[in-house]
Amino acid sequence: MPLLAVRDLTIALPVGGRMVTIIDSVSFTLGAREILGIVGESGSGKSMTALALMGLIDAPGARITGSARFKGRELVGLPQRAFRDLRGREIAMIFQDPMTAFTPVYTVGWQIDEQIRAHGRVTRKDARARTIRLLGDMGVPDPARVADRYPHQLSGGLRQRAMIAMALSCNPSLLIADEPTTALDVTVQAQILDLLRRLRREYGSSVLLITHDMGVVAETCDRTMVLYSGIIAERGPTGAVFARPGHPYTAALLDSIPPLHGARPARLPSIPGSPPAPADRPAGCPFTPRCAYAHDACAVRPPLLPRGVQDIACVLPAEGRDLPARCATV
Amino acid sequence: MTAPLIEAQSLRMEYRVGRGQVLRALDGVSLAVRPGEVLGLVGESGCGKSTLGRCLLRLARPTAGRVVFDGTDITALPERTLRPLRQGMQMVFQDSYASLNPRRRIGDLIAEPLRVHRDGQGRRRTAADIAARLAELMDLVGLPQAALARYPHEFSGGQRQRINIARALALSPRLVVADEPVSALDVSIQAQIVNLFMDLRDRLGLTYVFVAHDLAVVRQISTRVAVMYLGAIVELGDADTVLHRPAHPYTAALIAAVPEPVVLPDGDRAPPLRGDVPSPIAPPPGCRFHTRCPSAQDRCRTDPPALRDPGDGRQVACHFPLTGG
Amino acid sequence: MAMAILRRLGQTLFVLVGISVLVFLVFFATPGADPTARIAGRNASPQTVARVRVEYGFDRPLPVQYIRMMEKLFVTRDLTSYVNRGEKVVPEVFQAAPVTVSLVTGAAVIWVLASVAMGTLAAALRGGWVDRGLMMLGLVGISIPVFWLGQVANLLTQSRYHDSWLFSWVPGLGYVPFMQDPLGWFRALVIPWFTLAVLFIGIYSRVLRADLVAVRGEDFMRTARAKGLSPARVLLFHGLRTSMITFVSLFGLDFAQLVGGGALLTEVVFGLQGVGRLTYQALGNLDLPLIMATVMYSAVFVVIANAVVDMLYLLLDPRVRDGRA
Repeated sequence: MPLLAVRDLTIALPVGGRMVTIIDSVSFTLGAREILGIVGESGSGKSMTALALMGLIDAPGARITGSARFKGRELVGLPQRAFRDLRGREIAMIFQDPMTAFTPVYTVGWQIDEQIRAHGRVTRKDARARTIRLLGDMGVPDPARVADRYPHQLSGGLRQRAMIAMALSCNPSLLIADEPTTALDVTVQAQILDLLRRLRREYGSSVLLITHDMGVVAETCDRTMVLYSGIIAERGPTGAVFARPGHPYTAALLDSIPPLHGARPARLPSIPGSPPAPADRPAGCPFTPRCAYAHDACAVRPPLLPRGVQDIACVLPAEGRDLPARCATV
Repeated sequence: MTAPLIEAQSLRMEYRVGRGQVLRALDGVSLAVRPGEVLGLVGESGCGKSTLGRCLLRLARPTAGRVVFDGTDITALPERTLRPLRQGMQMVFQDSYASLNPRRRIGDLIAEPLRVHRDGQGRRRTAADIAARLAELMDLVGLPQAALARYPHEFSGGQRQRINIARALALSPRLVVADEPVSALDVSIQAQIVNLFMDLRDRLGLTYVFVAHDLAVVRQISTRVAVMYLGAIVELGDADTVLHRPAHPYTAALIAAVPEPVVLPDGDRAPPLRGDVPSPIAPPPGCRFHTRCPSAQDRCRTDPPALRDPGDGRQVACHFPLTGG
Repeated sequence: MAMAILRRLGQTLFVLVGISVLVFLVFFATPGADPTARIAGRNASPQTVARVRVEYGFDRPLPVQYIRMMEKLFVTRDLTSYVNRGEKVVPEVFQAAPVTVSLVTGAAVIWVLASVAMGTLAAALRGGWVDRGLMMLGLVGISIPVFWLGQVANLLTQSRYHDSWLFSWVPGLGYVPFMQDPLGWFRALVIPWFTLAVLFIGIYSRVLRADLVAVRGEDFMRTARAKGLSPARVLLFHGLRTSMITFVSLFGLDFAQLVGGGALLTEVVFGLQGVGRLTYQALGNLDLPLIMATVMYSAVFVVIANAVVDMLYLLLDPRVRDGRA
């Protein structure tokens, strides 16, 4: 049994008097010690998926349907009281900007202690000892001193390490990381990604990594799921998705990243237009208006169908017109 | 060799941050950009790249050093004398929304510099002149003419950045300083804007100073690259030379740290650089980078290295530059 | 830290001197008004006028007059009001101050407790009927004029229902010193306290609710919820604690202006001889020495209260402690 099995998760929010589907029938599984990357551009619904799994969507009138089984327990429709018990202990989350994600008026040690003491009968002294050990494990130099510092007194890298320490403080089986390195400098980002890869070995946590950065996914995730406008475009093992993208959106997204090595293209292959707002999503395949391969068959939304090790929501594989493989340039 | 269009000579920029402490945002930066060049300024937060961009346009006044634009020393020019020169140099900012007044139509926003400044013959532009120029600008940046009558919130991030570019180009500047112009955009949009910058350079013969933290974007657009660390340039040279065969260990570490959309076996990754960027209020003595440098020696801890040419036309500030890349 | 406090004290002193000079100039150096005649009072004998002139140095230059005035106010404390039959004004102010301080402090305790309870409860039950009801109540509190409310309270407790079991404990109007009879002090003030507090309960509960609702959207509130904390803990320890920073600054200003004489209406209605009433009388009689004394007293209080609020900031917000915010 997988740690997390999401089936047909659909989230709709009332916008201007009518329900708008933000996430449409998203399904995926996450195994033990696995890192799954959810990539997408802004408005793809990737963060909304994470918040739904945490039970943190509290917009009035939000409608969540489908199923999300965590260790066999249904999360959709779970009452807040039961969710509170899971949050922080079984499912933990780290956020994009560690500066604003800590309460500014308490020391980071206090905030980590608070989480430890919220989920078990632990004395203040024992909680602090665990906090300091965790900070040390996260590669924080002089953890006892850092625990007594306020968030604004720490560098971005240290703050994010403290945030990860807090998330791991109750040994969660699932860690959701929402753009954990976007606010960080590139050398610090490399350190944090290194840390995330190590976590699975040392803490045995599964990680759901949400990001817009294809590079971060390639470096970190076992499997990848590409979201476009609230719909899964493609999912599969990361190596396969990057070597043989099956959906034109994945391929175009990879192409539009300027290469760091090899020849410089005279022009970057770019995707025309911009992603649709959820309310204006086309009826068929949502990528049709921007797709170089768009044709009549795209007017009907294609189901997610297996193709090799991947699952692809596109009519091309069924028509026998697979996209060309990408040559990995290093 | 042509004369530089803009030149910075030993620029220093210091901010007082209370309690007698001084933040040295720029610590003796010199560089020259020739017409038609695209100089990429890269580095991590706090390296001074944005400050340098602002000093070049005299949006900030440096504490010491000189800025020379097209042969004129503009370091200490009063605002009145500076104004005619300002037409020749414009800036594009990161946040496409914050730099557009939400209550004004796009046409008004772009026309503003045209109304304020006189034309080449020293005359005020007529309404017809301005309308013609607006139409031309919309074509240049790839927006429909109808956009002129609409408001900023009606556009996506990428379109707003096109509007900002149109406004910057209104007075036909020769130099454009772009401060992280694509970093707030989605990848698929980012490529459109990078292409637009490159097209505009070819069509209008523009010179860019392109400030960005994304090495891949900088490599795509730049002819030359300056890598900055804690207020100083550590490496400066042709984009291909610097980014393919970095000589400074910091440049090398920066390149290695970029996550690339290519799946490598787990062992094939270089270990990341240790630690954080030190505070620019109390930079380390000697070479600023020695606290994080994998190949630091005793000498690096005391003796600050000067920029010098290791023999291939670039400049690097390192006692032990890497060879062979 | 010690440096910051010293600097703050210096500023406080500077502001006080500035205010005293300003008040002095307005009342004593206005052209066309002879301060001597004013101080001596109507129908004063020529001897009195001459004595006043010499005593206050009105025959000498302005700076000397100012220094003489400050000396009489702060050092010898024998500033005398001739209008009021030779009453020394400084002791008069010192007699009135405890009345005002008692009134305002008691009301402050009530309004802080009540508004924190109401604001927090409303924010916690946002959108429900409790929220709407409490906020409506707050609005009613803001709209009721304090003198009307006071009169109604007096009408009920002093005359109409005074003999009923409900209000028979209410003493007659006036002040009872705390040291003389603590219970009597409480009885005499409890109705004025509530009367004065009503307006502020309304304002503060609405401000706090708006603040708490705004803070709900902050990233750290989401983190707190993601940690699995109870809603009450999230609201009180993370939301309310952060909102207290604005609350305290508002409180400092209101408290200071009330103690400085702003509780005039409440004092008049309940027959309390406080500073507000004293100032009012002084202005009515154009009793210059008394005006000088009460204005200085209230300035001292406002400035000190501000300094206290700044100190509280240091306690409440670690970012201010580091000089970052």
